[in-house]
Amino acid sequence: MSDELRAAVAAGVLGSEDHYRALLQSIVDVARAIFRAKASSILLLDEEADELVFEAAADEASEALIGKRFPSSTGIAGFVLVSRQPLVIEDVLTDPRFSRETAESTGFVPKGLMAVPLLHEERVLGVLEVLDRPQDTRFTLAEMELLGLFASQAAIALDLLQRARRAHEALAGDGELSVISRLAEKLEARREDGSETALRLLAELEQLL
Amino acid sequence: MSEELPAWSLSAEAAESIALPEEWPGQVTREWAWGGATGAGARVCVLDSGIETDHPLVGDVQKSVAISIEGDEVIIEDNDTAGDLCGHGTACAGVIRSLAPDCELVSVRVLGAGYTGSGAVLLEGLRWAIAQGYDVINMSLSTTKQKFASLLHELADTAYFRRTMLVASAHNMPVESYPWRFSSVISVGSHEQEDPYQYYYNPAPPVEFFARGVDVEVAWNGGGRLVCTGNSFATPHIAGIAALVLSKHPELTPFQLKSVLYLTATNVGGEK
Repeated sequence: MSDELRAAVAAGVLGSEDHYRALLQSIVDVARAIFRAKASSILLLDEEADELVFEAAADEASEALIGKRFPSSTGIAGFVLVSRQPLVIEDVLTDPRFSRETAESTGFVPKGLMAVPLLHEERVLGVLEVLDRPQDTRFTLAEMELLGLFASQAAIALDLLQRARRAHEALAGDGELSVISRLAEKLEARREDGSETALRLLAELEQLL
Repeated sequence: MSEELPAWSLSAEAAESIALPEEWPGQVTREWAWGGATGAGARVCVLDSGIETDHPLVGDVQKSVAISIEGDEVIIEDNDTAGDLCGHGTACAGVIRSLAPDCELVSVRVLGAGYTGSGAVLLEGLRWAIAQGYDVINMSLSTTKQKFASLLHELADTAYFRRTMLVASAHNMPVESYPWRFSSVISVGSHEQEDPYQYYYNPAPPVEFFARGVDVEVAWNGGGRLVCTGNSFATPHIAGIAALVLSKHPELTPFQLKSVLYLTATNVGGEK
């Protein structure tokens, strides 16, 4: 419970799902630009459903991809997820791990790809993919390192997004902690005409607790 | 794996009993280390996803074992016929055979289809492999789970003391994983050159050696080939060279083998 409460308050103070989504989007945009790739995406592992979900995508069809799901053991992303190791493939068609069906369902079948697991502490949160970097240059270990750096950043953003979602669930509607968000709303509404009394009451309540 | 404890000392009369049979040259060269060796007599174990038998790049696999856990029970399938469930183990085996064509190859499968495998299975597979006394165990895998770290550490040390050289892949990302982090194993990362005999000693561990690991054409399931990048494929290069050295100098301990690899590394005394 204390974790939830902390997450709830932190999310209320720090930001909302929209902000973290924007951060994820910015990470795939930058990854795509730096690698001069055709597309890049971040997939979140939904542990309950055992599925990978597109959370951010940088390419022509990006809007349509968000929210799209497929089984977590599918294709290259699935392999990266369970091996917890990055994978670089120059020609996906020769690789038996590649799922053409899954790629086609996204509307983009790449020639080559790089995929890296998003690791946070001991958990794997998802996968970052960079599709079709220009093939005129050989893949280098420096790129592998860069990919790892993007992955660290994306993992932090994804962790924050998940925390924000959990907090939102707890705070919204008839969630366990929804009273906190209602209180916050009321405080916000009274800001204009002075909220000293309300704040004093809250301080008293804190003492009492 | 309990064994009788000796005294941790050396008495005057015992000094003669540990006289070493090896004659060391003034300078350890690659020619001395493995010149003319084919890997014959060296027993190499690939702890991975299995090995596809009769793959043209792999050849004969002398034994295939599969490890699994059901409930609390460890199940060892002594004559596993499932082959390789994803291709990764076959890739490693192919690299080892390309360097040490006559070595004995044993597959211990601890990974399922699509590379899934729990840390517990990996641990039991390693325990089993060490008990068999293989000369070299190739581990192109690691676990990030902290709870397995101390047990893996103990096993890595046991292997080292029993003359089994554990050759383990460093993670490809800046994360902590095991067993490559332990000093009783040889840990391997990648370099970008194409020469399979080129390897470097790293004076800034934990990664101790760098071997070929970028754009490596490896064996894959279905008799196929795949171009792969990663420390998983650098590791069997060192395992293969270790097999060569041990086939020519079977009396070497892991400490001595590491020293030979150091002295023959490209950036130390090794010929290019």
